Amino acid sequence: MAYRTYLMVCAGTGCVANQSMKIKDKLESEIRKRGLQDEVSVVTTGCNGFCAVGPLMVVQPDGIFYQLLKETDIAFLVEEHFVKGRPVKELLYTPPKEKIPIPKMSDIPFFADQTLIVLRNRGLINPEIIDESIARGGYEAIAKVLTSMTPDDVIREIKASGLRGRGGGGFPTGIKWETCKKMPGDVHYVICNADEGDPGAFMDRSTIESDPHAVIEGMLIGAYAIGSTEGYVYIRNEYPIALERLQTAIKQAREYGLLGKKVFNKDFDFDIKVVRGAGAFVCGESTALMASIEGRPGEPRAKYVHTVERGLWDKPTCLNNVETWANVPQIMLRGAQWFASIGTGDVTADPWGGSKGTKVFSLAGKVNNTGLIEVPMGITLRKIIFDIGGGIRDGKKFKAVQTGGPSGGFIPESLLDLPVDYEELTKVGSMMGSGGMVVADEDNCMVDMAKYFLSFTQTESCGKCVPCREGTKRMLDILEKITVGEGTEEDLVLLEELSNMVVESSLCALGGSAPNPVLTTLKYFREEYEAHVRNKKCPGHSCRKLITYAIDPQICVDKGHGCHVCAKNCPDGAIIGESKQVHTVDVMKCGKCGICYDVCKFDAISVE
Amino acid sequence: METQVVENILQRHPKDQSSIIQVLLDIQNELYYIPRDVLEYVSDYLNVPLSRTYGLATFYKAFSLKPKGKYPIAVCTGTACHVQGAVKILEQIERELKVKEGETTPDKKFSVETVRCLGCCGLAPVVTVGKNLHGKVPMSKISKILKQY
Repeated sequence: MAYRTYLMVCAGTGCVANQSMKIKDKLESEIRKRGLQDEVSVVTTGCNGFCAVGPLMVVQPDGIFYQLLKETDIAFLVEEHFVKGRPVKELLYTPPKEKIPIPKMSDIPFFADQTLIVLRNRGLINPEIIDESIARGGYEAIAKVLTSMTPDDVIREIKASGLRGRGGGGFPTGIKWETCKKMPGDVHYVICNADEGDPGAFMDRSTIESDPHAVIEGMLIGAYAIGSTEGYVYIRNEYPIALERLQTAIKQAREYGLLGKKVFNKDFDFDIKVVRGAGAFVCGESTALMASIEGRPGEPRAKYVHTVERGLWDKPTCLNNVETWANVPQIMLRGAQWFASIGTGDVTADPWGGSKGTKVFSLAGKVNNTGLIEVPMGITLRKIIFDIGGGIRDGKKFKAVQTGGPSGGFIPESLLDLPVDYEELTKVGSMMGSGGMVVADEDNCMVDMAKYFLSFTQTESCGKCVPCREGTKRMLDILEKITVGEGTEEDLVLLEELSNMVVESSLCALGGSAPNPVLTTLKYFREEYEAHVRNKKCPGHSCRKLITYAIDPQICVDKGHGCHVCAKNCPDGAIIGESKQVHTVDVMKCGKCGICYDVCKFDAISVE
Repeated sequence: METQVVENILQRHPKDQSSIIQVLLDIQNELYYIPRDVLEYVSDYLNVPLSRTYGLATFYKAFSLKPKGKYPIAVCTGTACHVQGAVKILEQIERELKVKEGETTPDKKFSVETVRCLGCCGLAPVVTVGKNLHGKVPMSKISKILKQY
């Protein structure tokens, strides 16, 4: 049945956590109450991307964008918009510092500057219904491939497109497929790496949540090209919604004959098994991932023999990341030329000569518009952070953007006009990585951030090789020393030396890239390290041993009238003062937890 | 031993050594930890040496050999949560419940742990309690959140 209006309610992890399913139920009951159930349909979609303003909903076909919905808003919204035909202004998006709301989703800067290939179906289909995917061109590419192309044609096309691995390494996909295909043996495997371990990254989760069929179709095409009949998706156990949608999608694809024996009635068999990860970051590394599928601890091995030659169960294996797979069907449908026309450089002679297509980033941290974005390669970091991201929260000052997760580095303001491109990001000491982009502002301490990432990689080091296991531990000790104010100038030299040693001698990329956050902060924010070492001060006000909290007596009495809220909340009993009188911090007792700073409504508390 | 639960789980997977991690995950999900007798039983059934099963159960972060609380609390310490003060959130929870990370309250109601990124960075800082996810958690609201359980 055709409806006059569709309400696309976001059911990505973020919005579901913000009770979007209750919003959906309420919408349905309010619509029924008014007898509109045959005219207005409520659809749950995958992640819309604009997580900052969830729970959200898009009214189609008009494209009106409603945000920050509450259950209590719904009755009014249904009455006004769908009975009386007046969009509710208060629930529309208004950019920070502006007064006039923007009703249409396509006019909102967050969406306007994006180019969607991988996420083209986000918010437009119900990912749990295969027909909706097919209606939007799903499985058309595999049909074309199976009926009109040879495996070699497919590989040629992928090579010409310039597609490179989106998991972070940036290895040319076509070359990987070609090498894998050439390997002898009856059994070849394809694997989809959905073990998105980088903290601050959620591209793969959202891709699977919003369009799981694109990933399945990509794997089908890859399997046909390589000559594989068996595929695996290795997905994080921490992503229950993505896992469920993927399993549903695979089941539906099987029922439609799109997976299993004789796909499209052609002489091509392929099926997919889903394997869950068990919470080990190192399993994102291909050899560790394969060990984990085999039921062993996820420890990487040295790769003098590549996995395309001997991978899973020692068979030739082609592993690509979720986003890489999801790009494949569109390349097959729209052609390599089209794909290669987006992005930087030239890949006709040198496969490493450019970055083509788009990249999905998860934009998080201290920006106004946190969420998931897909942008053409070559866009500048400035445009991402200040136009799409809407700038820094609470009018604070930008300090650095971290790309590539624990393997990447920090990029300072002076390099914000850098185009997003594999080589350019590597040149400045960071990397494209899987697509996490976390913004830090003036309140973040760069030494603390480096320590944070290093403690992450240190904990996640599998312990197999010495440089990574011991080297990162020693580096962490030094950083710890610096953040408690006991560091010396020599420590900085030693830290740099150790970093380079760990980079050069680690077994896998985890250790090989673990020092990047340290090296880039040392390079671009050395003055912060020096402030810790020389002046025993933390400019970002994060390192506890080096900061003190104080209450401005004037503000406390004049504005707050000695409200006593800080004293009530202080876990250490470190705030002295009676209600309605001036309060002070007893620095000897103060545990520097920062609760007082958070609860004071009058900004009377400062940190030095 | 929770024989029925374990048997049901074993039936869902191929009887093969490579199933071991998947079986342990299901057990962890249902029992919230892996009791010693279950570990031994599963090893035996799948023909995996106990030393290796124990190795897996301690290598992977998803597994716990100690019982967890009725509502396991996981504080996300991913990057986005870190820059929004995840450490302070964790400390406040530890103070409220008077237990440290990795411990369970004496009444077995809560256990506290950290997790590396739940992938909803737009809602940072994030805490999960049991199956519920709480986003944009302010420090001052933690005791109120815990009282809901």
